Amino acid sequence: MISLSVNGKVHKLEVPGNTPLLWALRETLDLKGTKYGCGIGECGSCTVHVNGVAVRSCTTTVEEVKGKKITTIEGIPENHPVKKAWIKEQVPQCGYCQPGVIMQVAAHLSRKPTPSADEVIGAMDDVICRCGSYPDIKKGIKTAIQIMKKEART
Amino acid sequence: MTYNYISRRNFLKGSLAGMTLVLSAGPLGFRIVNASDKDVTAFSPTSWFTVTPDNKVTIFVGNSEMGQGVLTAHAMIVADELEADWKQVEVRQGPAGDAFKSPLLGVQLTAGSASVRGFYEPLRKTGATGRAMLVKAAAQTWKVPETECQASMGTVKHIKSGRALTYGKLCQEAAKLQVPQEVTLKKESEFRYIGKTMPRVDVPLKVSGKAVYGVDVKLKDLHYAVIARPPAYGAKPLSFDEKAAGEVKGVKKVFQVPMGIAVCAETLDSALKGRDALAVKWDKGVLPEMDDAYVEKSLVDDLGKPMASAVKTGDAKKEIGEAAMKHEATYYVPCVAHATMEPMNCTASVTADRCEVWAPTQIQSAPVAIGAKLTGLPKEKIFVNTTFLGGGFGRRSKPDFVVEAILCSKALGKPVKVMWTREEDIKYDAFRPPTSHRVAAALDAQGRLIAWSHKLVCPSILKDIRPEAIKDGVDFYCLWGLADAPQSPHWINRIQYEIPNLDIEFLISQLPMPVAVWRSVQNGPNAFVIESFMDELAHAAGKDPLEFRLQALKNNMRAHRVLETVAEKAGWGKSIPQGQARGIAQHACFGTYTAQVADISVDKKNGKIKVHRNVIAVDCGPRVNPGPLVQQIQGGIILALSTTLKEQVHFANGGVKSANFDDYGVIRMSEVPDIEVHIVNSTEKMGGIGELGVPTTAPAVANAFFNATGVRIRRLPLSPGNVLAALTKV
Repeated sequence: MISLSVNGKVHKLEVPGNTPLLWALRETLDLKGTKYGCGIGECGSCTVHVNGVAVRSCTTTVEEVKGKKITTIEGIPENHPVKKAWIKEQVPQCGYCQPGVIMQVAAHLSRKPTPSADEVIGAMDDVICRCGSYPDIKKGIKTAIQIMKKEART
Repeated sequence: MTYNYISRRNFLKGSLAGMTLVLSAGPLGFRIVNASDKDVTAFSPTSWFTVTPDNKVTIFVGNSEMGQGVLTAHAMIVADELEADWKQVEVRQGPAGDAFKSPLLGVQLTAGSASVRGFYEPLRKTGATGRAMLVKAAAQTWKVPETECQASMGTVKHIKSGRALTYGKLCQEAAKLQVPQEVTLKKESEFRYIGKTMPRVDVPLKVSGKAVYGVDVKLKDLHYAVIARPPAYGAKPLSFDEKAAGEVKGVKKVFQVPMGIAVCAETLDSALKGRDALAVKWDKGVLPEMDDAYVEKSLVDDLGKPMASAVKTGDAKKEIGEAAMKHEATYYVPCVAHATMEPMNCTASVTADRCEVWAPTQIQSAPVAIGAKLTGLPKEKIFVNTTFLGGGFGRRSKPDFVVEAILCSKALGKPVKVMWTREEDIKYDAFRPPTSHRVAAALDAQGRLIAWSHKLVCPSILKDIRPEAIKDGVDFYCLWGLADAPQSPHWINRIQYEIPNLDIEFLISQLPMPVAVWRSVQNGPNAFVIESFMDELAHAAGKDPLEFRLQALKNNMRAHRVLETVAEKAGWGKSIPQGQARGIAQHACFGTYTAQVADISVDKKNGKIKVHRNVIAVDCGPRVNPGPLVQQIQGGIILALSTTLKEQVHFANGGVKSANFDDYGVIRMSEVPDIEVHIVNSTEKMGGIGELGVPTTAPAVANAFFNATGVRIRRLPLSPGNVLAALTKV
């Protein structure tokens, strides 16, 4: 029995400790927003936050994240600046990689002080989008930063 | 505007609670009526939409949504002609049905950049039909002439009296009317949505994480299956430990299928563990000596064999033999994988009287045919639910994963989801075929192109899809970009240059790797060869590559226009930053004309190419949703840059060596250049878009490489290894 804190709720899971977090989230907790892309931490589709840091859930075991705060795409509010920017800029194409992309960007933007758009863009090489939405991801990052700045002022 | 995604509740409603879709013949195809609704009150003159008393317009889209925005584009066309208010529109993924068969492809298939251009006229007509009937219903209600009534934004108004009725109020009256055969379409100046960028209906779900892809399908009592597959092509199992696999907790059934050994289990984890426990020993397969060098040698050696004639105009060989100036070169393009971000998967539920499939598929017609064949059930008992597709690029027009899911569900007697790992997705892909070319051409004394002889070898793409379409040894899918099938007015997938003596010969390679269509099909590899070789000829003739092309396209105004546009926008012939070089290419296919300029620099020490900027001009005729259209062109260029710079599937020991994104490298964010897309205003017939970013990308980059280094690379990818090899050979 392993206890996981996901999106603010504590769940007790009957899975072996070496179960990848990705599959515990998808198959046991039914949180399907986090996607399987490669299983070896190369593509970033499975990115979630553990204590606010972007990690690859496919190469992280449930044992490793016991007692830590896990956030998935479902735990990011719909009015989060990154989600708002993603809609404004119409970033996703097929969209399969985007939960991972959004989680990675959101983790970068939660750092203090807020990094520049170029810094975030420069830290996105470990996330693959096969549709080639990269120019729109760049736009989305810039817009998310603008939204954050605007919200900080009001 | 909403998009109704497939929720678990809807699945249960649709599949397990006894509710079925009834298809009955209607004037424009089939209409969809929900059989459980005893009192059908909806107005639904065609399969594509219904208007209900709650004032909702539901639009059904038969094409698959894989990021190209087809749900939105089709809904825009119907809503515009129907004069619906976008706010009252709900878009739904349609079922498999004859009405959704592509007018250009003949089956329900999302491919060939054909979804918007193919359905543009039929969808306009269907919307206009609905509008005419709603107007007539209002006129009859008020007992006034139809000419005094006007439909606007979901309401019909009587202009003189100011009376108005919503579509919701009119739908039951309209449903009683005869469907008119002739209707008047709107003038283009009256378009409300067509031609204006509309937000895509699938985007909010994809941002929230709620979009349901094939991998996310949930059903009651769902089981999982994985398949142990042979490591080499044609390998058969010598032994496997069925007992050990069966003893793994949760494993329910182990059995042989044509593609390997299936392990069905209660959970994915159990299925994977069961597969490991099988410890299959395989024989060496049909061609154990096959590796990268073998594949290339086989294709290049085949260029010397007798070939089928695909095109013969004039006498190219004679002209080349006697020409003042001639040039010859050999090109090679290796296999690349689709590598969609969502690995292949499919869910099926087969019972005694029903077969239902949930598939991220590009071809709904295939599950219907496959389901009927594998279960013996009539086609009316096969139901196809299309989920969102986590990438398509042509891979999902091959229904191998559907076959597997149906076989597994039938054998187990339970709903089963077949899952592929990333390693399986790459190793058992049907690749963009490898291809070799020998091209020779002649120029006259003025340096004009007078003869072109082209030999091409490629494994057959059509043999698994439409073998009957291979005529006299010619597979036109392999030739697309060079030569089109006869009578193909919608495609123009042929060499555009005006060459008086043209000789195109073709041979099907017998290499065993499965191949399939891959975004732009062979327009991609073939345009790389044609446009690289045109550049070679321009340099041989001492002419500017743009001028040389324009001279060979004298009567082709659309090709002229995109070339001239891209030259102007990219600053062709103007200065370029120190250390950078520029290349140009043009290509037409799927009814659309494109030209591209790439600016690159080359690090001669490590062989790395940096692409700085790509500028493309596109003439695709009228546009429906301009924003996503630009995204499609950008995405096509980026996918093509990935194959231009990095991608190659490696073979070893008669099978595939590449396995995952660590050894099958693809383009990453920092490698993506600035991309400028210029759509020229055009009143020509509407052309395709989804695949149009691809063909000009590789040759524009390769031609820039020549201008940067003076060295011609006649193979893809332009990877550091291949670049260094080319630079040191000189």
